[in-house]
Amino acid sequence: MKKNLNHFSALIFALFSGLIFGIGLILAGMANPAKVLAFLDLAGLWDPSLGLVMGGAIAVGLVAFTLAKKRTRSFLGLPMNLPTSRIIDQRLIVGSLIFGIGWGLAGICPAPAFVLLGAGSLKGIVFLIAMLIGMGIFEYIENSNK
Amino acid sequence: MTIDWLNFTPWSALAGGVLIGISAALFILLNGRIAGITGIIGGLFKPAKNDMGWRVAFTLGLIIAPLVWQGFQPLPEISIDASFTLLMIAGLIVGYATRYGSGCTSGHGVCGIARLSPRSIVATLAFMGTGFLTVFIVRHLLGA
Repeated sequence: MKKNLNHFSALIFALFSGLIFGIGLILAGMANPAKVLAFLDLAGLWDPSLGLVMGGAIAVGLVAFTLAKKRTRSFLGLPMNLPTSRIIDQRLIVGSLIFGIGWGLAGICPAPAFVLLGAGSLKGIVFLIAMLIGMGIFEYIENSNK
Repeated sequence: MTIDWLNFTPWSALAGGVLIGISAALFILLNGRIAGITGIIGGLFKPAKNDMGWRVAFTLGLIIAPLVWQGFQPLPEISIDASFTLLMIAGLIVGYATRYGSGCTSGHGVCGIARLSPRSIVATLAFMGTGFLTVFIVRHLLGA
């Protein structure tokens, strides 16, 4: 019974975390691809806002993750799934470099793509579908290489 | 470098960032999970028992955020200049590359840096770097 209750509250909190994340993106202006590109355009009229978004998020995150690292279970009693890999490999670097190109072309990264879906942006939805296809292609190639 | 003071929104950017940080904090401290969208969605492609619900719930939260927002006030401007073709290309690149590099702006850029993960710091420098470079090439060299 208690286990089911915790499982249910975990889902509610996951929904709530996603909602807060999305509200944060909208408030920060990051659900607007034009504003993201204005941050990435150092040589044009530069809008530094995104730097403050990351700064604010990281500042809060530093406190939370310092606490999280000291625990083996979450406050709901769930296992702490903290990444353990520390290897800086070619996949990490190449993947991130290429991601930046896609991000710079459209001004959209994965989280805002879902917010754009909820906002009913047709162009956002086209990006989201292409992004999911891209992830599917990755999964397909990974599986066929096994 | 010329700062666009007219469009610079320091307070809402900082407040929005703090909300994103609070979301990531709640997610790790309550659910024991990293609020990294790439990883959350990636896991949906290889279904495992008892591993789907939280992924769907978090994603649903992101999707309903603008609807909840509209319950209180109109959404701020959303402006996408890219053509449909460019959006499809960019989407494919972002989808494939974030999975290949194990993360995006949320997982590496926010959570990873906040965990002081060397991998995420390198990843964030990499995608920020090519992000800046791509916009420079598109806007200032190609003049699009």
